[in-house]
Amino acid sequence: MCLALPARIVELLDGELCRVELGGVRKEISLALVDGAALGDYVIVHVGYALTRLDPAEAERTLALFAEAGLDPAAARDHPDAQRGSST
Amino acid sequence: MKYIDEFRDGRLAAGLARAIAREAAPGRDYAFMEFCGGHTHAIARYAVTDLLPPTVRMIHGPGCPVCVLPIGRIDMAIRLALARPDVIVCTYGDCLRVPASGGLSLLKARARGADVRMVYSPADALALAVREPAREVVFFAIGFETTTPPTALVLHAAAAQRLDNFSVLCNHVLTPAAIAAILESPEVRELGTVALDGFVGPAHVSTVIGSRPYERFAAAHRKPVVIAGFEPLDVIQAIRMLIRQVNDGRAEVENEFTRAVTRDGNRKAQALVADTFESRPSFEWRGLGAVADSALRLRPAFARWDAERKFALDDRPVPDHKACACGAILRGVRTPTDCKLFATACTPETPMGACMVSSEGACAAHYTYGRFRAAAQRTD
Repeated sequence: MCLALPARIVELLDGELCRVELGGVRKEISLALVDGAALGDYVIVHVGYALTRLDPAEAERTLALFAEAGLDPAAARDHPDAQRGSST
Repeated sequence: MKYIDEFRDGRLAAGLARAIAREAAPGRDYAFMEFCGGHTHAIARYAVTDLLPPTVRMIHGPGCPVCVLPIGRIDMAIRLALARPDVIVCTYGDCLRVPASGGLSLLKARARGADVRMVYSPADALALAVREPAREVVFFAIGFETTTPPTALVLHAAAAQRLDNFSVLCNHVLTPAAIAAILESPEVRELGTVALDGFVGPAHVSTVIGSRPYERFAAAHRKPVVIAGFEPLDVIQAIRMLIRQVNDGRAEVENEFTRAVTRDGNRKAQALVADTFESRPSFEWRGLGAVADSALRLRPAFARWDAERKFALDDRPVPDHKACACGAILRGVRTPTDCKLFATACTPETPMGACMVSSEGACAAHYTYGRFRAAAQRTD
Protein backbone atom coordinates (compact mmCIF):
# COMPACT_ATOMS: atom_id res chain seq x y z
CA MET A 1 0.00 0.00 0.00
CA CYS A 2 2.62 2.54 1.08
CA LEU A 3 5.70 0.96 -0.42
CA ALA A 4 6.74 3.07 -3.34
CA LEU A 5 10.03 3.76 -5.09
CA PRO A 6 11.46 6.94 -6.57
CA ALA A 7 10.92 6.93 -10.35
CA ARG A 8 12.49 9.20 -12.98
CA ILE A 9 10.37 11.38 -15.26
CA VAL A 10 11.33 10.49 -18.84
CA GLU A 11 8.54 12.23 -20.75
CA LEU A 12 6.11 15.05 -19.99
CA LEU A 13 2.63 14.49 -21.43
CA ASP A 14 -0.52 16.58 -21.79
CA GLY A 15 -3.09 16.93 -19.03
CA GLU A 16 -0.69 16.98 -16.04
CA LEU A 17 0.51 13.50 -16.97
CA CYS A 18 4.03 12.17 -17.45
CA ARG A 19 5.83 8.92 -18.13
CA VAL A 20 8.20 7.62 -15.44
CA GLU A 21 10.81 4.91 -15.63
CA LEU A 22 11.89 2.56 -12.91
CA GLY A 23 14.42 -0.14 -13.65
CA GLY A 24 13.49 -0.22 -17.31
CA VAL A 25 9.72 -0.28 -16.68
CA ARG A 26 7.81 2.72 -17.99
CA LYS A 27 4.46 3.89 -16.68
CA GLU A 28 2.15 6.82 -17.21
CA ILE A 29 1.37 8.69 -13.99
CA SER A 30 -0.23 11.98 -12.92
CA LEU A 31 1.70 15.08 -11.84
CA ALA A 32 -1.48 16.86 -10.65
CA LEU A 33 -0.26 16.93 -7.02
CA VAL A 34 3.25 18.21 -7.74
CA ASP A 35 4.00 21.64 -9.18
CA GLY A 36 7.05 22.35 -11.28
CA ALA A 37 8.26 18.79 -11.91
CA ALA A 38 10.67 18.67 -14.84
CA LEU A 39 12.10 16.07 -17.16
CA GLY A 40 14.75 14.01 -15.35
CA ASP A 41 13.33 14.71 -11.88
CA TYR A 42 12.76 11.79 -9.52
CA VAL A 43 9.32 11.57 -7.94
CA ILE A 44 7.76 9.28 -5.34
CA VAL A 45 4.73 7.66 -6.94
CA HIS A 46 1.67 6.31 -5.16
CA VAL A 47 -1.38 4.75 -6.81
CA GLY A 48 -0.54 6.45 -10.09
CA TYR A 49 0.18 9.94 -8.69
CA ALA A 50 3.48 11.67 -7.92
CA LEU A 51 3.36 12.80 -4.29
CA THR A 52 6.61 14.71 -4.09
CA ARG A 53 9.85 15.42 -5.88
CA LEU A 54 13.04 13.92 -4.54
CA ASP A 55 15.76 16.42 -3.62
CA PRO A 56 19.05 15.03 -5.01
CA ALA A 57 21.21 17.33 -2.86
CA GLU A 58 19.47 16.13 0.31
CA ALA A 59 19.86 12.50 -0.80
CA GLU A 60 23.64 13.08 -1.15
CA ARG A 61 23.79 14.72 2.28
CA THR A 62 21.99 11.76 3.87
CA LEU A 63 24.34 9.25 2.22
CA ALA A 64 27.32 11.26 3.45
CA LEU A 65 25.95 11.05 7.00
CA PHE A 66 25.63 7.27 6.64
CA ALA A 67 29.25 7.03 5.49
CA GLU A 68 30.44 9.12 8.41
CA ALA A 69 28.61 6.92 10.90
CA GLY A 70 30.95 4.04 10.06
CA LEU A 71 33.94 6.04 11.23
CA ASP A 72 34.69 5.49 14.88
CA PRO A 73 36.13 8.80 16.06
CA ALA A 74 38.41 6.96 18.46
CA ALA A 75 39.54 4.13 16.18
CA ALA A 76 39.31 5.89 12.80
CA ARG A 77 43.02 5.43 12.15
CA ASP A 78 42.79 1.63 12.24
CA HIS A 79 39.54 1.30 10.36
CA PRO A 80 39.43 0.42 6.64
CA ASP A 81 36.78 3.13 6.11
CA ALA A 82 39.30 5.75 7.22
CA GLN A 83 41.47 5.16 4.15
CA ARG A 84 38.53 5.89 1.92
CA GLY A 85 37.53 9.01 3.79
CA SER A 86 33.99 10.25 4.07
CA SER A 87 32.29 12.09 1.26
CA THR A 88 31.62 15.49 2.74
CA MET B 1 18.42 1.79 -9.41
CA LYS B 2 19.26 5.33 -8.38
CA TYR B 3 18.05 6.48 -4.94
CA ILE B 4 17.27 2.87 -4.06
CA ASP B 5 20.46 0.78 -4.21
CA GLU B 6 22.57 3.36 -2.35
CA PHE B 7 20.10 3.20 0.54
CA ARG B 8 20.44 -0.61 0.74
CA ASP B 9 24.26 -0.73 0.86
CA GLY B 10 25.44 -3.44 3.26
CA ARG B 11 28.79 -1.81 4.01
CA LEU B 12 27.13 1.44 5.04
CA ALA B 13 24.63 -0.58 7.11
CA ALA B 14 27.51 -2.21 8.99
CA GLY B 15 28.98 1.24 9.67
CA LEU B 16 25.65 2.51 10.99
CA ALA B 17 25.35 -0.60 13.16
CA ARG B 18 28.80 0.10 14.63
CA ALA B 19 27.72 3.66 15.37
CA ILE B 20 24.58 2.41 17.16
CA ALA B 21 26.62 -0.09 19.18
CA ARG B 22 28.92 2.81 20.16
CA GLU B 23 26.13 5.18 21.05
CA ALA B 24 23.61 2.91 22.83
CA ALA B 25 24.19 3.52 26.53
CA PRO B 26 25.30 0.37 28.40
CA GLY B 27 22.73 -0.97 30.86
CA ARG B 28 19.87 0.91 29.24
CA ASP B 29 16.99 -0.56 27.25
CA TYR B 30 15.42 1.22 24.32
CA ALA B 31 11.99 0.45 22.80
CA PHE B 32 10.91 2.23 19.64
CA MET B 33 7.75 1.83 17.63
CA GLU B 34 7.95 1.91 13.87
CA PHE B 35 4.51 3.25 13.07
CA CYS B 36 4.42 2.35 9.37
CA GLY B 37 3.96 -1.02 7.79
CA GLY B 38 6.54 0.10 5.23
CA HIS B 39 9.13 0.27 8.00
CA THR B 40 7.95 -3.05 9.47
CA HIS B 41 8.47 -4.59 6.04
CA ALA B 42 11.97 -3.10 5.67
CA ILE B 43 13.01 -4.20 9.17
CA ALA B 44 11.89 -7.79 8.48
CA ARG B 45 13.11 -8.00 4.89
CA TYR B 46 16.60 -6.66 5.58
CA ALA B 47 16.88 -8.20 9.06
CA VAL B 48 17.57 -4.78 10.56
CA THR B 49 17.05 -6.19 14.06
CA ASP B 50 20.17 -8.35 13.55
CA LEU B 51 22.21 -5.16 13.33
CA LEU B 52 20.86 -3.75 16.59
CA PRO B 53 22.19 -4.43 20.07
CA PRO B 54 19.89 -6.68 22.15
CA THR B 55 19.02 -3.64 24.26
CA VAL B 56 17.27 -1.94 21.32
CA ARG B 57 13.80 -3.38 20.69
CA MET B 58 11.52 -2.49 17.77
CA ILE B 59 7.76 -2.68 18.25
CA HIS B 60 5.43 -2.83 15.24
CA GLY B 61 2.78 -0.13 15.06
CA PRO B 62 -0.63 0.11 13.42
CA GLY B 63 0.48 1.95 10.29
CA CYS B 64 -0.78 -0.50 7.70
CA PRO B 65 -4.04 0.77 6.23
CA VAL B 66 -5.24 -2.68 5.25
CA CYS B 67 -4.57 -4.02 8.75
CA VAL B 68 -6.50 -1.32 10.60
CA LEU B 69 -9.55 -1.42 8.31
CA PRO B 70 -12.37 -2.84 10.44
CA ILE B 71 -14.41 -5.81 9.22
CA GLY B 72 -17.62 -3.76 9.25
CA ARG B 73 -16.38 -1.47 6.49
CA ILE B 74 -15.51 -4.36 4.17
CA ASP B 75 -18.86 -5.97 4.99
CA MET B 76 -20.51 -2.75 3.75
CA ALA B 77 -18.83 -3.05 0.35
CA ILE B 78 -19.57 -6.78 0.12
CA ARG B 79 -23.28 -6.29 0.98
CA LEU B 80 -23.57 -3.59 -1.66
CA ALA B 81 -21.77 -5.61 -4.35
CA LEU B 82 -23.88 -8.74 -3.69
CA ALA B 83 -27.20 -6.89 -3.47
CA ARG B 84 -26.82 -4.70 -6.54
CA PRO B 85 -25.81 -6.43 -9.80
CA ASP B 86 -25.44 -3.00 -11.43
CA VAL B 87 -22.68 -2.04 -8.99
CA ILE B 88 -18.97 -2.53 -9.74
CA VAL B 89 -16.82 -2.23 -6.60
CA CYS B 90 -13.24 -1.18 -7.38
CA THR B 91 -10.43 -1.22 -4.86
CA TYR B 92 -6.69 -1.72 -4.34
CA GLY B 93 -5.40 -5.29 -4.52
CA ASP B 94 -4.59 -5.56 -0.82
CA CYS B 95 -8.22 -4.97 0.16
CA LEU B 96 -9.56 -7.89 -1.82
CA ARG B 97 -8.27 -10.58 0.53
CA VAL B 98 -9.06 -9.01 3.91
CA PRO B 99 -11.26 -11.47 5.83
CA ALA B 100 -14.78 -10.15 6.46
CA SER B 101 -17.90 -11.57 8.12
CA GLY B 102 -19.32 -14.96 7.23
CA GLY B 103 -16.02 -16.28 5.90
CA LEU B 104 -16.23 -13.79 3.03
CA SER B 105 -13.80 -11.31 1.52
CA LEU B 106 -14.26 -9.04 -1.49
CA LEU B 107 -12.52 -11.72 -3.55
CA LYS B 108 -14.88 -14.46 -2.31
CA ALA B 109 -17.85 -12.16 -2.95
CA ARG B 110 -16.60 -11.93 -6.51
CA ALA B 111 -16.63 -15.73 -6.72
CA ARG B 112 -20.29 -15.53 -5.68
CA GLY B 113 -21.07 -13.29 -8.61
CA ALA B 114 -20.41 -9.80 -7.25
CA ASP B 115 -18.60 -7.51 -9.69
CA VAL B 116 -15.45 -6.64 -7.74
CA ARG B 117 -12.38 -5.37 -9.56
CA MET B 118 -8.85 -4.53 -8.58
CA VAL B 119 -7.52 -1.14 -9.66
CA TYR B 120 -4.01 0.27 -9.47
CA SER B 121 -5.18 3.87 -9.21
CA PRO B 122 -8.44 5.69 -8.40
CA ALA B 123 -8.15 7.15 -11.91
CA ASP B 124 -8.77 3.61 -13.24
CA ALA B 125 -12.07 3.46 -11.32
CA LEU B 126 -13.09 6.84 -12.71
CA ALA B 127 -12.23 5.76 -16.26
CA LEU B 128 -14.33 2.61 -15.76
CA ALA B 129 -17.34 4.76 -14.78
CA VAL B 130 -16.91 6.76 -18.00
CA ARG B 131 -16.70 3.54 -20.04
CA GLU B 132 -19.71 1.91 -18.33
CA PRO B 133 -22.42 4.60 -18.12
CA ALA B 134 -25.12 1.99 -17.39
CA ARG B 135 -23.28 0.68 -14.29
CA GLU B 136 -22.62 2.20 -10.87
CA VAL B 137 -18.89 2.28 -10.14
CA VAL B 138 -18.02 2.47 -6.43
CA PHE B 139 -14.41 3.10 -5.47
CA PHE B 140 -13.66 1.56 -2.06
CA ALA B 141 -11.01 4.05 -0.92
CA ILE B 142 -8.60 3.15 1.86
CA GLY B 143 -5.30 4.45 3.12
CA PHE B 144 -3.56 7.08 5.17
CA GLU B 145 -2.65 10.57 3.97
CA THR B 146 -0.70 9.16 1.00
CA THR B 147 -3.71 7.80 -0.90
CA THR B 148 -6.18 10.52 0.15
CA PRO B 149 -5.07 13.27 -2.30
CA PRO B 150 -5.51 10.96 -5.34
CA THR B 151 -9.04 10.10 -4.12
CA ALA B 152 -9.73 13.85 -3.79
CA LEU B 153 -8.54 14.41 -7.37
CA VAL B 154 -10.91 11.82 -8.86
CA LEU B 155 -13.82 13.25 -6.85
CA HIS B 156 -13.09 16.69 -8.31
CA ALA B 157 -12.88 15.14 -11.78
CA ALA B 158 -16.21 13.33 -11.27
CA ALA B 159 -17.83 16.61 -10.16
CA ALA B 160 -16.35 18.51 -13.12
CA GLN B 161 -17.56 15.86 -15.56
CA ARG B 162 -20.95 15.51 -13.79
CA LEU B 163 -20.29 11.81 -13.70
CA ASP B 164 -23.28 10.51 -11.74
CA ASN B 165 -22.49 6.79 -11.91
CA PHE B 166 -19.28 7.13 -9.86
CA SER B 167 -19.02 7.25 -6.08
CA VAL B 168 -16.48 6.74 -3.31
CA LEU B 169 -16.86 4.59 -0.20
CA CYS B 170 -14.38 6.52 1.91
CA ASN B 171 -12.27 4.84 4.60
CA HIS B 172 -9.37 7.28 4.63
CA VAL B 173 -7.69 7.57 8.03
CA LEU B 174 -5.27 9.97 9.70
CA THR B 175 -1.84 9.09 11.03
CA PRO B 176 -1.45 11.65 13.85
CA ALA B 177 -4.75 10.47 15.40
CA ALA B 178 -3.51 6.87 15.45
CA ILE B 179 -0.19 7.77 17.09
CA ALA B 180 -2.08 9.81 19.69
CA ALA B 181 -4.45 6.85 20.29
CA ILE B 182 -1.48 4.57 21.02
CA LEU B 183 0.11 7.08 23.37
CA GLU B 184 -3.19 7.69 25.13
CA SER B 185 -4.34 4.07 25.29
CA PRO B 186 -4.76 2.65 28.79
CA GLU B 187 -2.19 -0.05 28.03
CA VAL B 188 0.49 2.54 27.44
CA ARG B 189 -0.70 4.95 30.10
CA GLU B 190 -1.49 2.70 33.04
CA LEU B 191 -0.42 -0.87 32.49
CA GLY B 192 2.96 0.04 31.09
CA THR B 193 2.90 -3.03 28.83
CA VAL B 194 4.15 -0.94 25.95
CA ALA B 195 6.99 1.18 27.16
CA LEU B 196 7.84 3.34 24.18
CA ASP B 197 10.89 5.57 24.06
CA GLY B 198 10.08 7.04 20.67
CA PHE B 199 8.66 6.61 17.19
CA VAL B 200 10.08 6.05 13.75
CA GLY B 201 7.73 8.40 11.90
CA PRO B 202 6.03 7.70 8.56
CA ALA B 203 7.87 8.19 5.28
CA HIS B 204 5.37 8.74 2.51
CA VAL B 205 2.58 10.04 4.72
CA SER B 206 5.01 12.73 5.83
CA THR B 207 5.77 13.77 2.24
CA VAL B 208 2.14 14.95 2.20
CA ILE B 209 1.52 16.24 5.74
CA GLY B 210 5.08 17.37 6.51
CA SER B 211 6.87 16.96 9.83
CA ARG B 212 4.92 19.69 11.65
CA PRO B 213 1.88 17.56 12.76
CA TYR B 214 4.12 15.34 14.92
CA GLU B 215 5.48 18.25 16.93
CA ARG B 216 2.37 18.25 19.14
CA PHE B 217 2.88 14.77 20.61
CA ALA B 218 6.61 14.96 20.75
CA ALA B 219 6.06 17.89 23.11
CA ALA B 220 2.89 16.67 24.89
CA HIS B 221 4.06 13.08 25.47
CA ARG B 222 7.80 13.75 25.72
CA LYS B 223 8.45 11.20 22.95
CA PRO B 224 11.03 11.69 20.22
CA VAL B 225 9.88 11.16 16.62
CA VAL B 226 12.28 10.62 13.72
CA ILE B 227 10.69 10.61 10.27
CA ALA B 228 12.45 8.02 8.13
CA GLY B 229 12.48 6.80 4.54
CA PHE B 230 11.44 3.21 3.77
CA GLU B 231 14.87 1.90 2.79
CA PRO B 232 16.81 -0.15 5.36
CA LEU B 233 19.59 2.44 5.85
CA ASP B 234 16.96 5.10 6.48
CA VAL B 235 15.43 2.97 9.23
CA ILE B 236 18.80 2.19 10.86
CA GLN B 237 19.82 5.85 10.81
CA ALA B 238 16.45 6.85 12.30
CA ILE B 239 16.95 4.34 15.15
CA ARG B 240 20.39 5.86 15.75
CA MET B 241 18.87 9.36 15.85
CA LEU B 242 16.22 8.16 18.34
CA ILE B 243 18.92 6.63 20.57
CA ARG B 244 20.77 9.96 20.53
CA GLN B 245 17.60 11.85 21.47
CA VAL B 246 16.90 9.47 24.37
CA ASN B 247 20.51 9.76 25.56
CA ASP B 248 20.31 13.56 25.44
CA GLY B 249 16.92 13.65 27.16
CA ARG B 250 15.39 15.33 24.09
CA ALA B 251 11.90 14.74 22.66
CA GLU B 252 11.94 16.44 19.29
CA VAL B 253 10.72 15.78 15.79
CA GLU B 254 13.71 15.08 13.57
CA ASN B 255 13.68 14.32 9.87
CA GLU B 256 15.97 11.65 8.43
CA PHE B 257 14.03 11.62 5.13
CA THR B 258 15.03 15.14 4.08
CA ARG B 259 15.23 14.09 0.42
CA ALA B 260 11.43 13.87 0.30
CA VAL B 261 9.97 15.44 3.46
CA THR B 262 9.83 19.10 4.52
CA ARG B 263 8.29 20.66 7.61
CA ASP B 264 5.27 21.89 5.65
CA GLY B 265 4.74 18.90 3.35
CA ASN B 266 2.84 19.07 0.07
CA ARG B 267 0.61 22.13 0.51
CA LYS B 268 -1.16 21.59 -2.79
CA ALA B 269 -2.23 18.10 -1.74
CA GLN B 270 -3.23 19.32 1.74
CA ALA B 271 -5.45 22.09 0.30
CA LEU B 272 -7.12 19.63 -2.04
CA VAL B 273 -7.84 17.18 0.79
CA ALA B 274 -9.21 19.96 3.04
CA ASP B 275 -11.45 21.09 0.21
CA THR B 276 -12.88 17.61 -0.39
CA PHE B 277 -13.08 15.86 2.98
CA GLU B 278 -14.10 16.64 6.54
CA SER B 279 -13.26 14.90 9.78
CA ARG B 280 -15.53 12.09 11.04
CA PRO B 281 -16.40 12.53 14.73
CA SER B 282 -15.30 8.93 15.30
CA PHE B 283 -14.10 5.96 13.27
CA GLU B 284 -13.55 2.32 14.17
CA TRP B 285 -9.98 1.00 13.85
CA ARG B 286 -9.04 -2.62 14.05
CA GLY B 287 -6.94 -2.98 17.18
CA LEU B 288 -7.52 0.55 18.46
CA GLY B 289 -11.34 0.65 18.63
CA ALA B 290 -13.23 3.89 18.04
CA VAL B 291 -10.83 6.81 17.67
CA ALA B 292 -12.16 10.39 17.64
CA ASP B 293 -11.34 12.61 14.66
CA SER B 294 -9.21 9.88 13.10
CA ALA B 295 -10.85 9.50 9.70
CA LEU B 296 -12.31 11.47 6.84
CA ARG B 297 -15.64 11.58 5.04
CA LEU B 298 -16.72 13.50 1.94
CA ARG B 299 -17.86 17.08 2.44
CA PRO B 300 -21.56 17.81 1.75
CA ALA B 301 -20.57 19.46 -1.55
CA PHE B 302 -19.57 15.96 -2.75
CA ALA B 303 -22.65 14.17 -1.34
CA ARG B 304 -23.67 13.01 -4.82
CA TRP B 305 -20.45 11.01 -5.04
CA ASP B 306 -20.56 9.65 -1.49
CA ALA B 307 -21.42 5.94 -1.73
CA GLU B 308 -22.47 5.79 1.93
CA ARG B 309 -25.22 8.37 1.29
CA LYS B 310 -26.04 7.32 -2.24
CA PHE B 311 -26.72 3.68 -1.33
CA ALA B 312 -27.81 4.34 2.29
CA LEU B 313 -25.07 2.04 3.61
CA ASP B 314 -25.03 1.43 7.34
CA ASP B 315 -21.89 0.71 9.28
CA ARG B 316 -22.32 -2.32 11.57
CA PRO B 317 -19.24 -2.87 13.72
CA VAL B 318 -18.13 -6.51 13.90
CA PRO B 319 -15.73 -7.91 16.49
CA ASP B 320 -12.55 -9.61 15.27
CA HIS B 321 -12.19 -13.41 15.31
CA LYS B 322 -11.74 -14.36 18.97
CA ALA B 323 -8.54 -16.31 18.42
CA CYS B 324 -6.96 -13.57 16.27
CA ALA B 325 -4.42 -11.35 18.01
CA CYS B 326 -4.31 -8.65 15.30
CA GLY B 327 -5.76 -6.04 17.65
CA ALA B 328 -3.10 -6.53 20.30
CA ILE B 329 -0.37 -6.81 17.65
CA LEU B 330 -1.45 -3.52 16.08
CA ARG B 331 -1.13 -1.80 19.48
CA GLY B 332 2.35 -3.26 19.93
CA VAL B 333 1.21 -5.24 22.99
CA ARG B 334 1.82 -8.65 21.43
CA THR B 335 4.02 -10.01 18.65
CA PRO B 336 2.92 -12.21 15.72
CA THR B 337 4.35 -15.37 17.29
CA ASP B 338 2.18 -14.80 20.39
CA CYS B 339 -0.88 -15.52 18.24
CA LYS B 340 -2.20 -19.09 18.27
CA LEU B 341 -3.24 -18.81 14.64
CA PHE B 342 0.13 -17.55 13.36
CA ALA B 343 1.60 -19.76 10.61
CA THR B 344 -0.95 -22.49 11.30
CA ALA B 345 -4.53 -21.48 10.51
CA CYS B 346 -3.40 -18.01 9.42
CA THR B 347 -0.88 -17.61 6.58
CA PRO B 348 -0.49 -15.07 3.75
CA GLU B 349 -2.25 -17.55 1.41
CA THR B 350 -5.22 -18.02 3.78
CA PRO B 351 -5.20 -15.01 6.10
CA MET B 352 -7.57 -15.03 9.08
CA GLY B 353 -6.46 -11.67 10.41
CA ALA B 354 -5.68 -8.46 8.56
CA CYS B 355 -2.03 -8.32 9.70
CA MET B 356 -1.39 -11.36 7.50
CA VAL B 357 -2.96 -9.86 4.36
CA SER B 358 -0.71 -7.02 3.28
CA SER B 359 3.05 -7.43 2.87
CA GLU B 360 3.28 -4.47 5.26
CA GLY B 361 1.36 -6.28 7.99
CA ALA B 362 3.43 -7.31 11.01
CA CYS B 363 2.38 -10.98 10.70
CA ALA B 364 2.98 -11.22 6.95
CA ALA B 365 6.41 -9.58 7.33
CA HIS B 366 7.37 -11.97 10.11
CA TYR B 367 5.96 -14.98 8.23
CA THR B 368 7.86 -14.11 5.05
CA TYR B 369 11.20 -13.07 6.52
CA GLY B 370 11.40 -13.21 10.30
CA ARG B 371 10.43 -16.75 11.17
CA PHE B 372 13.42 -18.28 9.33
CA ARG B 373 15.75 -16.06 11.32
CA ALA B 374 14.00 -17.05 14.53
CA ALA B 375 14.33 -20.73 13.61
CA ALA B 376 18.04 -20.29 12.79
CA GLN B 377 18.63 -18.61 16.13
CA ARG B 378 16.90 -21.49 17.95
CA THR B 379 19.19 -24.05 16.34
CA ASP B 380 22.38 -22.05 17.05
